[in-house]
Amino acid sequence: MPRMSSAELRERLAHDLPGILMPIRTRTQASNGSEASGGDGKAARHKRGEHAPVDLLATDDAVVYPERLPEAARYVRDVLGYELLSNITAVDYLADGIIEMVYHFYHLDGGPELVIKTRVPRDNPVVPSLTDEWPGANLQEREAFDLFGVMFPGHPNLTRIYMWDEFEGWPMRKDFPKQGDKYFGDSEE
Amino acid sequence: MSDDRDIQLEAEKQGVFLTTMQRFYNWGRRSSVWPLSFGLACCAIEMMATGLARFDLARFGAEMFRASPRQADLMIVAGTVTKKMAPQVVRLYNQMPEPRYVISMGACATSGGPFRDGYNVLRGIDLLIPVDVYIPGCPPRPEALLHALMTLQKQIDAQRLSRVRWYGKREAKEYPVPTFGKHGLEIDGKLVDPVGGLPLISPYTSPTHGETRSGLIEHPELVRHFPIMDETVELESPHKAKGVAPEIVHNDLKRPAVEVNHAQDEQR
Repeated sequence: MPRMSSAELRERLAHDLPGILMPIRTRTQASNGSEASGGDGKAARHKRGEHAPVDLLATDDAVVYPERLPEAARYVRDVLGYELLSNITAVDYLADGIIEMVYHFYHLDGGPELVIKTRVPRDNPVVPSLTDEWPGANLQEREAFDLFGVMFPGHPNLTRIYMWDEFEGWPMRKDFPKQGDKYFGDSEE
Repeated sequence: MSDDRDIQLEAEKQGVFLTTMQRFYNWGRRSSVWPLSFGLACCAIEMMATGLARFDLARFGAEMFRASPRQADLMIVAGTVTKKMAPQVVRLYNQMPEPRYVISMGACATSGGPFRDGYNVLRGIDLLIPVDVYIPGCPPRPEALLHALMTLQKQIDAQRLSRVRWYGKREAKEYPVPTFGKHGLEIDGKLVDPVGGLPLISPYTSPTHGETRSGLIEHPELVRHFPIMDETVELESPHKAKGVAPEIVHNDLKRPAVEVNHAQDEQR
């Protein structure tokens, strides 16, 4: 059963497709806030319920430049054999002004998935479409367009899928107005 | 009125069956309320359970779930009404022949429920069509739906033939089907339920047995103060307030005091 860690994927991408990886901060902390197992173990210990601020943008996964995403996807399919594009999703990092696209690829023989990420600026999110080679990406890219406003040049029918066509705004973005946030304010103050 | 009824009941005990047209008509209508077979979300599962053998909606004459609005008397709005679904719900309601009744089942259909703050859920089906009985709960137990049906039957019993519209010559009222706008659902170009905006109080409050509806959309700015619309509240970021404005703190969580009438309780 194929099994490839994200570190191995990063290595192979860097070796075979030089310059495709974006410079990123690697993770010193697990995303759930607990200390990473690979650390020196002497990281500042916090009391229960207290954590150092989590570095949201730090990741162990392969982050590629958006314009070279189809290249990376083709590499993962043709060379590594991960053919099934299972999932496309978007993450909005409001404070950093970044929208991150996450692609999950599966091998048809089984095993865990490979994750490829790409990051685009929030005010101009443009990611090349994968619909030419993975027709299944069609609906998922429309969903990312509908809810996060990510543009996919090359998509055959980039229209809204959940909201109605007349709707304005990207409702899953973090700065989309939500009623009630203003009501409670900061509890500390 | 109640005297008539007492006399009738007394006479029935003696073996004499008397009735009035009104009681006869209401009896017929209340005993065969046919619901529309129509579910939107998880509440529909409870509705199905109510219709099946264990809870047995047939005991109340309402087991005939009709697949066509033309044959249905009762619309059980069972579940979350998304804004994209709302026009179809109103259209189905318009297609039902009168007399027609609506039960708003569960928190979502009544007020939007946990999705009230979101962008995609209608904040209560009563913004668009009149509702006769509301059921709280998420989802309500089948017993609650049975109780709602019994409540509806009581309401039907109290209807007066001279007052209801459908025995007169007036035509059935069509409720306006909302259209999709830039920021939410619109009726005649006016926003009904703005995304991220002020929730509205229903134009069709629970009808006193189907006759009078205001048809006006009220903006209860004074009654329900929503600070998101308040210019004086300072924003830290587009989605977060910087503290709470003093006048809001002053007014926060103040609810009208409930007057408890102890004397009445003792009498009971």
